[in-house]
Amino acid sequence: MGDQTEVLMPPRVEVGVLGWLKKNLFSPWYNALLTVVSVGFVVFVGRVILLWVFRSARWEVVTTNLKVFMIGRYPAAEAWRVLVSLGVVVLLAGLTWAFRKAKDSPIRRWLVLAWIVSFPVIGILLRGFGEDNPFLPKVSAEVWSGLLLTLVLAIVGIVASFPLGVLLALGRRSRLPVVKVLCTIYIEAIRGVPLISVLFMSQLMLPLFLPPQIRLATVMRALTGITLFSAAYTAENIRGGLAAVPIGQYEAAQAVGLNKALMMILVILPQALRNVIPAIVGQFISLFKDTTLVVIVGLLELLGIAKAVTGQRQFIGLHQEVYFFVAVLFFICCYLMSHGSRRLEKALGVGER
Amino acid sequence: MGTSGSETSKVPFWRDIRVLRVLAQIVFLMVVVAGILWAISNYRQRGLIFSYSFLDEEASFDMAEGIEFSPTDSYARAFLVGVINTIRVAAIGIVLATLLGLITGISRLSRNWLVSKIATVYIEIIRNTPLLVQLFFLYFAVIMKLPKLSEAVVMPGPAYLSNRGIVVPWPRLAEAFNLWWPFLVAAVAAAVALIVIRRRSQERIGRPSIRGFWVFACLILIPLAGWLIVPGDPLRLDIPELVRKSGGVLKVEGGVSFSSEFTALLVGLVIYTGAYIAEVVRAGIQSVVKGQTEAARAQGFTSGQITRLIVLPQALRVIIPPLISQYLNLTKNSSLAIAIGFLDLYAVSQTMLNQSGRVVEVFFMIMGSYLAISLTISLIMNIVNKRMQIVER
Amino acid sequence: MPSESSEAAQEIIECRDVHKWFGSFHVLRGVNLTIRKGEVVVICGPSGSGKSTFIRTINRLEEHQKGTIVVDGIELTHDLRNIHAVQREIGMVFQQFNLFPHLKVIDNVTLAPIWVRRWSKDRALKTAEELLKRVGIPEQAQKYPGQLSGGQQQRLAIARALAMQPKIMLFDEPTSALDPEMIKEVLDVMVELARSGITMIVVTHEMGFAKQVADRIYFFDDGNIVEHNTPEEFFRNPREERTKKFLSQILTH
Repeated sequence: MGDQTEVLMPPRVEVGVLGWLKKNLFSPWYNALLTVVSVGFVVFVGRVILLWVFRSARWEVVTTNLKVFMIGRYPAAEAWRVLVSLGVVVLLAGLTWAFRKAKDSPIRRWLVLAWIVSFPVIGILLRGFGEDNPFLPKVSAEVWSGLLLTLVLAIVGIVASFPLGVLLALGRRSRLPVVKVLCTIYIEAIRGVPLISVLFMSQLMLPLFLPPQIRLATVMRALTGITLFSAAYTAENIRGGLAAVPIGQYEAAQAVGLNKALMMILVILPQALRNVIPAIVGQFISLFKDTTLVVIVGLLELLGIAKAVTGQRQFIGLHQEVYFFVAVLFFICCYLMSHGSRRLEKALGVGER
Repeated sequence: MGTSGSETSKVPFWRDIRVLRVLAQIVFLMVVVAGILWAISNYRQRGLIFSYSFLDEEASFDMAEGIEFSPTDSYARAFLVGVINTIRVAAIGIVLATLLGLITGISRLSRNWLVSKIATVYIEIIRNTPLLVQLFFLYFAVIMKLPKLSEAVVMPGPAYLSNRGIVVPWPRLAEAFNLWWPFLVAAVAAAVALIVIRRRSQERIGRPSIRGFWVFACLILIPLAGWLIVPGDPLRLDIPELVRKSGGVLKVEGGVSFSSEFTALLVGLVIYTGAYIAEVVRAGIQSVVKGQTEAARAQGFTSGQITRLIVLPQALRVIIPPLISQYLNLTKNSSLAIAIGFLDLYAVSQTMLNQSGRVVEVFFMIMGSYLAISLTISLIMNIVNKRMQIVER
Repeated sequence: MPSESSEAAQEIIECRDVHKWFGSFHVLRGVNLTIRKGEVVVICGPSGSGKSTFIRTINRLEEHQKGTIVVDGIELTHDLRNIHAVQREIGMVFQQFNLFPHLKVIDNVTLAPIWVRRWSKDRALKTAEELLKRVGIPEQAQKYPGQLSGGQQQRLAIARALAMQPKIMLFDEPTSALDPEMIKEVLDVMVELARSGITMIVVTHEMGFAKQVADRIYFFDDGNIVEHNTPEEFFRNPREERTKKFLSQILTH
């Protein structure tokens, strides 16, 4: 044959942009119809939304109230404390991410310590001392609101619910019938009722069962409810992780002489928890969204503050703009967290082992 | 079962593993009971009592939503109305959300890029925004912004959309119904008979001897024939119309109306849960190994048959457990009704509690109701689930 | 191979009339067994005969319901102290290795000595390094078990068990889960161990190993010992029918 073979190119319509269009949008006839309908739909909805966003919406309600959305009724003069707290968190997060590969370095132990210490430190920083203290005047937790309160509720909630969740998970898997039954009752009862009823219980009912002298701040009551609620779901996640640890690990730990407690702490739990980190992160994202429910018991986190803003005299009734803004804020936060969680899952899967 | 040792010394009980197990449980139980008793003593110390007698008292508040109720009715009846409202919204919500979720989930897997992307965008937006924000937006920013009744949006029907809700035409029983219902019964009986015949023949010869089409035909043709035969109309469409009452008040009469609160809650719940169900459906369909569809196609099955006989049964097996979860979530989420003023069981309980002051009693009623509803849904779905399970080796 | 040395070798394990039920299934039917210090004992038998269950009752991974088990003078009862004491004195190597995947190789070995025997970290590390050298994987110390081959993993498991300086080593089909080319390296370690004088009970099908170092072979079937003998006698003159049948099945290659 000749040394000049003719290379046949595929038909123009099959490749490149045209090809992609044809394959994905138009190939069977009903697809073409769907595409046309969908395009019409997108154009219609898009027009309505864009027109509203850029023409008729009055965004001043958001821009003038930005600070209110972020920190609510926290006194503006003390806002620097919020910024500092945020800075600390960002710094610690950055350091943790930077050192994520260094498995042996002593830095990791310091980081864990730093995280643990940061909680009370930030708490004190935000709350301050007595009224007349020159540096950190008291800003009672009752006044914390807006996104600040959302973050406080979500973060403290997930952190506090974790140890309780571990205990509940271990209890539910216990071979002692009494422990197992009681833990199961708690978990199933909590999971069978809405969060709002648990919040209601902690808000209104809990104070009635405490000694008359003790009065809990509203935020503390809400936090209790959130923690009790989240612990049940965390327990189920951890239970799944525990079930995934092969029974041979229990046997090997016993055979080498570890007692029950040491076995759990040194061998079983580290493996179980590693399995469920993605689920725990998912739980945090849910919790983050669920903090909006405290509106119903009277706390003003981000959504609550937003609702209050629509009552401002010059901005009465601008619900669309305000709730759209809140929705966008939540969307950005949650989407980023989900994305981070997926990357975390990948990293863990590929990690050592 | 003890070891029968020949000269074993008595095992001291504080080291005996069996004793320790029992002891641990007793201690645990005692701690829990002690905690409960302490809590109750605090309660009593505040001078509070526990009694359900308040349920017979007059509610002295009115409810615009739900079945017949007047302020002189008891709290018990008020609670019942609330429960019925919750069940109403949950039942309709579950059905609609399943439909929406099915369509969206399948769309997400469509080969049409645009359709798939639209579904994805919808799902991502809904899943990353709190339900309450969506409800607030729907209620305050959409429904409440609808025009007044006098300038209501008129949709074909006619149906009236206003800030008071939606009113749509609704069929009501008319005179000829007494003569017509036997046709309905006959239609159902015939359909059931056909289904049984189909199933029997499927077992005997491997495929149903009567096409499924005839089952539907029965359900439609027989009642239709009855309608033509019977004099008069068995059903009449109740058409809503705007009526100006004395005093200039405008009202809608006829049809069936859904309050704006109900509508907002229902639409919000359906859109929200639909997105989650879509993901469940998608995961279920994707779990059916691709090789199956390829093998089926190679054997000559049509697309429809592949979906019906091979993909769907296996996908359903994977879909149903998380679907149960979503139904339960929808039911629990319906409690957010209180945030937009819909009188579901939680909202009614709150009012009852504010007025009567009986916090603990009402709390148990709330928990009991939700647990009962959750259990019922779980039980029903578990039966469905069991029937779907593939028998494995 | 320790035989009759200066004094009569003492008994280190004594099992009398040991019974166990799994529900209604009678898995151990009155097992009687005596093992002397330093003995190397091989237990073989068809699957389902209860041999694995039996050695697991010795270190209390399974609980026997009737009969007595005395290990190094300590009777295994419901006494927690006894149970823990026995478990400290016995090391076990599993068919599925059961290494701790989240710990490095070296940490797998030092975990128990540090937390159970309360050794200092330095002492534990030193012992661990020696043991890793003894089983032939000193260079793997900083890796994770998942990065090792099957044979290396099982040798690590042996080192981990030895770290507690046990008086008795139990082996539950240690080479059954290994690819053929790795069986030899593990058996070599076990042979060296046997020659060092430690008491060993090995459940295995590896008859070559048995012939090399075992003092006695026990044939287990149907929940009890059918016959036992020295390896030479066992293979040359099996007494029972069942033994003959079993031997014919496994010795065909």
